[in-house]
Amino acid sequence: MGLKTAALKKSIWVFHVACSPCNNCDIEILDLLTPRFDIERFGIVLVGSPRHADALLITGVANRHVTPRLIETYRATSKPCVCFLFGACASGGTFFKGGYNVPKPVDEIILEEDPNAIIVYIPGCPPKPEAMIAGVVKALSVL
Amino acid sequence: MLVFNYLVFPGLLFATVAGLLTWWFDRKVTARVQYRVGPPWYQCFADVVKLLGKEVVLPENARRTGFLLAPITAVAASALVAAMLGVYNMNYGTGFVGDIIVFWYLLAIPSIMLILGGAASGNPLASVGSAREIKLLLSYELPFIIVLTMAILKAGTLSLGGIIEYQVGHGPILYSLSGVLGFIVALICVQAKLGLVPFDIPEAETELGGGVIYDYSGAALGAFKLSKGILFYTLPIFLITVFWGGIKIGDGWGILWAVLKYVLIIALITLIRNTNPRLRIDQAMRFFWGKLTLLAIIAFILSAIGI
Ligand code: SF4
Repeated sequence: MGLKTAALKKSIWVFHVACSPCNNCDIEILDLLTPRFDIERFGIVLVGSPRHADALLITGVANRHVTPRLIETYRATSKPCVCFLFGACASGGTFFKGGYNVPKPVDEIILEEDPNAIIVYIPGCPPKPEAMIAGVVKALSVL
Repeated sequence: MLVFNYLVFPGLLFATVAGLLTWWFDRKVTARVQYRVGPPWYQCFADVVKLLGKEVVLPENARRTGFLLAPITAVAASALVAAMLGVYNMNYGTGFVGDIIVFWYLLAIPSIMLILGGAASGNPLASVGSAREIKLLLSYELPFIIVLTMAILKAGTLSLGGIIEYQVGHGPILYSLSGVLGFIVALICVQAKLGLVPFDIPEAETELGGGVIYDYSGAALGAFKLSKGILFYTLPIFLITVFWGGIKIGDGWGILWAVLKYVLIIALITLIRNTNPRLRIDQAMRFFWGKLTLLAIIAFILSAIGI
C-alpha cells in the first residue's frame, strides 16, 4: 500500500448527488455530520463540488432528466473515486424499477460510463447512518 | 544557505508542517465546540498528500496556463513570506529599507492568485467567487495598510528588521492603547486573509460550493490548500513580529513565550470563526471600510500623539 492510498483512506471527501430521492436518504446523510456520528473523525467531509470529491454519494432512482447530469457529474469527478449507492432506490430501483420514467438502474448507468468504477451498495429504506459507515469501511478495504 | 532557508527551515517545509498542524488545531477546536470528536492530528497532512496524488481534471473552457500556474505561484509566495519572516526573527540585523512593503505585496499574492485561478477556470460559480474575492481584497487591505503604517510611524523605520529592533528597545507596540487597537484591526484582517468564517464569502461552501476553487481538483487544489496551510502559520507570526515584539530565539524562554503568543492568536482566530455566521459581501465591505477603517485611523492618530 503506497503513501497515496494510505492518505486517500484517511481522507475521503464526499459529494452528495441527489438523483430524485424521496429526501429521506438525504436526511440520514446529514445525520452523519451530527455529534452522534461525527464522520469527520475518520476524515470524511462533505464538499460542495464534484471536482474535490473522492466519493459520490448517490441517492434515489436516476430518471430520464437526471441520467445525463449523473453521467456529467461522474465525468467531472477526479479519479480515483468510489460510488456509494445509498438506499434501496439507488441500489436496486425497488418499486420504481420498470417505471416509464426510469430508463436504467444507477449502477448500470455508471458502469456504462466507466466499466472499472468502484461501486458500493448500501441497501435500506433509508439505510441507518451505521450502515453508511459500515459501507465506507468495506469500500476502504478493497481500495 | 538561501536555498536551504527557502525550502527547508523557516521556509516551505517547516511552514507546511507548522501550518497544517495549526489548521488541524483549528478544526479540532471547532469540532469540540460543536460537541464532536474531530479529526486526528494527521488529518490535514492526509488531505494534502491525497490531493497531491490525485488526477487534475482540466475543465473544457479553462485557460490552461493561468489555471495551473495560479496555485503554484500562491504556494511560492506564501513560502517566501514564511522564509523571510523566519530569517528576520533569527537575526535582527537582516532586512532592507522598505521590506515591509514587500511583505504587504507578498501577502496579497495568494488572494490575487485565487482570483486569477477562479477567473481562468471558466466556471460561472468560480467567477462569482472571484468577483467576491476582489471586493474582499479591496476592503480588508485598506485598514490593514493603515495599521501597518501606524507600526511604521511608531518605530520610525520602513524595515521590518528595524521594527523588531525598536520593539526590543522600547517594548512591544502592542503594549499601548494605539497598539491594542491596531492589533485588533490587523487580527480581523488576518481572519479575512485566511478566508475563514465570517469572511469565507468567496468560497462559501453552502452557496457557491467552493467558489473560487470550484473547478480545481487533485494536485492543483492540493497546492491551494498547501498555500492556505502555510498562511495559517505565517500570518500569526507576522502579527507577532509587527506588534508583539517578534520571536526572541536567542534567549532560553523566548521560544516558549513565542509559542504561547502564537497559540493565543490562533485561539482568538478560532473563537471568531466559531461565533460568527458568514457575512454578505456588502456587509463585509461596509464593515471593513466603515467601522474597521475608522478604528484604524483612530489608532493611527493616537500613535501620532504618542499614546
Ligand atoms: S431508498 Fe427509501 S428513503 Fe431512500 S430515497 Fe428511496 S424511497 Fe426514499
